[in-house]
Amino acid sequence: MNFSQAFKMGMKSIMSSKLRTFLTMLGIIIGVCAVIILVSVVQGSTGSITDQISSLGANSISVMLTGNNKAKTVEYEELLEFAEENPDYIQYVVPNMSLSGVTVKYMNTNSSVSVTGTTPEYITIKDREISEGRFINSSDIRDRRKVAIIGSYNAQDLFGFESPIDKQIKLNGQIYTIVGVFEEKADSEEASDDDLVVIPYTAGRLLFNTSKISSYTVWATTPESSEQAADMLENFLFKKLGDEDGYRVFAVSSMLDAIDEITGTMTLLTAGIAGISLLVGGIGIMNIMLVSVTERTREIGIRKAIGARRFNILSQFLIESVVVSCMGGLVGIVLGIAGSVTIGMLMGVNAFPQVSVMLAAFLFSAMVGIFFGWAPANKASKLNPIDALHAD
Amino acid sequence: MDDKNSVNAEYMIDISDMYKIYKMGDNEVRALNGVNVKIKHKEFVSIIGPSGSGKSTLMNMIGCLDTPTSGTYYIDGKEVSKLRDDEQAKIRNQKIGFIFQQYNLLPKLTVEENVELPLIYAGVSGVKRKELIKTALSRVGLYDRRHHKPSELSGGQQQRVSIARALAARPPMILADEPTGALDSKTGTEVLEMLKELHKEGKTIVLITHDNKIAHEAERIIRIMDGKIVFDSLIDGDKNEVNV
Ligand SMILES: Nc1ncnc2c1ncn2[C@@H]1O[C@H](COP(=O)(O)OP(=O)(O)OP(=O)(O)O)[C@@H](O)[C@H]1O
Ligand SMILES: [Mg+2]
Repeated sequence: MNFSQAFKMGMKSIMSSKLRTFLTMLGIIIGVCAVIILVSVVQGSTGSITDQISSLGANSISVMLTGNNKAKTVEYEELLEFAEENPDYIQYVVPNMSLSGVTVKYMNTNSSVSVTGTTPEYITIKDREISEGRFINSSDIRDRRKVAIIGSYNAQDLFGFESPIDKQIKLNGQIYTIVGVFEEKADSEEASDDDLVVIPYTAGRLLFNTSKISSYTVWATTPESSEQAADMLENFLFKKLGDEDGYRVFAVSSMLDAIDEITGTMTLLTAGIAGISLLVGGIGIMNIMLVSVTERTREIGIRKAIGARRFNILSQFLIESVVVSCMGGLVGIVLGIAGSVTIGMLMGVNAFPQVSVMLAAFLFSAMVGIFFGWAPANKASKLNPIDALHAD
Repeated sequence: MDDKNSVNAEYMIDISDMYKIYKMGDNEVRALNGVNVKIKHKEFVSIIGPSGSGKSTLMNMIGCLDTPTSGTYYIDGKEVSKLRDDEQAKIRNQKIGFIFQQYNLLPKLTVEENVELPLIYAGVSGVKRKELIKTALSRVGLYDRRHHKPSELSGGQQQRVSIARALAARPPMILADEPTGALDSKTGTEVLEMLKELHKEGKTIVLITHDNKIAHEAERIIRIMDGKIVFDSLIDGDKNEVNV
């Protein structure tokens, strides 16, 4: 008896017991499907958190001066000097003054925006582009020009299809001239990255009601050096302020490390849950196989009586379980992809399953199916034909 | 395949001192209690005895379906206990055709597929199989029912399918355990006639029955009681027992 005979025999058996075949496949389908959906959705959502944080820039270090000690303070110039002394670690120091709920007015249109006062490097570290006009330049800073760059949402909101360039707007009653518009980044939606007004930090004293800069984005020279740059900044600030509570330094890269760690834990946890669902699927398969084993034992007895060798029996049953398990696995993969993509869409994350996850789930459940399909047959094939024939 | 009808030894079956003992807790059942029996090639033997006397046990031993507790068994000159599992399977496949009281057909296969099974295990090619299936099924008059499932046939028809299956691979010996037990007397007689015909064609037939009348259709009667052979006689042309 050759392989194609054994294959035909296995297929005949599959086709003649549709309910058993279906129930066996169901266990595998549920197992594979559950694992794929679980792992993909978890990976998708942690992935989107990581994406959001790394969009801040891995070089980015946020420095906040929180103390109210008037006597001891750190000036922008001092930080710039420190940066110039350490060019291998710090590339830019960018002030970050901001105020939200500012009323912006053009002709008769009113709305509320948040305004950021900063320097020309802002556009580099935020990785933005200008679609029309220009960004802040150094003479704007020096001459304290009241110029503004607005987001694409604000441009639409205030000017419709008119060009905003050289138009004058009022920010809390003060007149600013628009010199540029940011390129769209988030579909020009309200409260998104496209809803912002940027002005030279030197011009905003009246608007911000202070000349003290309490927040900076420091840009490390390389992502790798950012954690060390953060340490150096902390030392520097401690020396200047003499108070640990007077400042807060925070490197995005160290946050990414923390997230990586959390993601790792989450993945392990998911793998655990996934393993359990595979096991449950496996137990389902085992039950079906055990229920049908008496019927199968008698069949094996008859086959042995009329001359089947152990090899014939085993190859028939092995082919049967391989075919059933693999078909179930494939259906499980298809349903798993569909489920992950659907849930991902509902959650707003990209949860398309990784090939490695699909492969692992498929292989594991195929193995469970093959083992539980084959093991009882293997046992029965070792019986005396007469004991197998008399099984009940 | 080509040597399977050739005679390797004087006896087709040569059993000596065979015991089969089932231990059930403290007491034991001696299903075979020291059996000695020799059956020649092309002989037609019936084995008769009351229920529980060990007939089926003996037939299972003859058919290499079961292993004895002790004793030796040569089938066509080969000592069965010395054969590997696969070699015994080959003997069952090529030397023996089984006819069981409960038919033992595979319910999910068609008539044709049931008859095909021993041929597949014998490694017969597809074309040749079709031919042998047709011969075997025509012989029992069921070729036109070949696409039916066993459950769609009457008891007598199912037994004829199992006869076709036993014949398909053209084994030299047929073992039949109460083949007429579940049939009415008319169909029973038909089955018996078929066995007699097969005997005329030169097959060794071992027929197990508890019916004296049926037993007398053979050439030789072996009476068994409590696992022992108590009587072994030939039958003459007038169906009378002749002691040897
Ligand atoms: N698997 C077994 N376990 C224990 N005892 C058994 C087993 N098989 C058979 N026996 C016993 O062996 C004895 C012989 O059984 P066997 O089936 O050979 O009888 P038989 O002559 O075929 O009877 P019948 O005419 O009813 O078919 C009986 O007493 C039976 O109970
Ligand atoms: Mg019996």
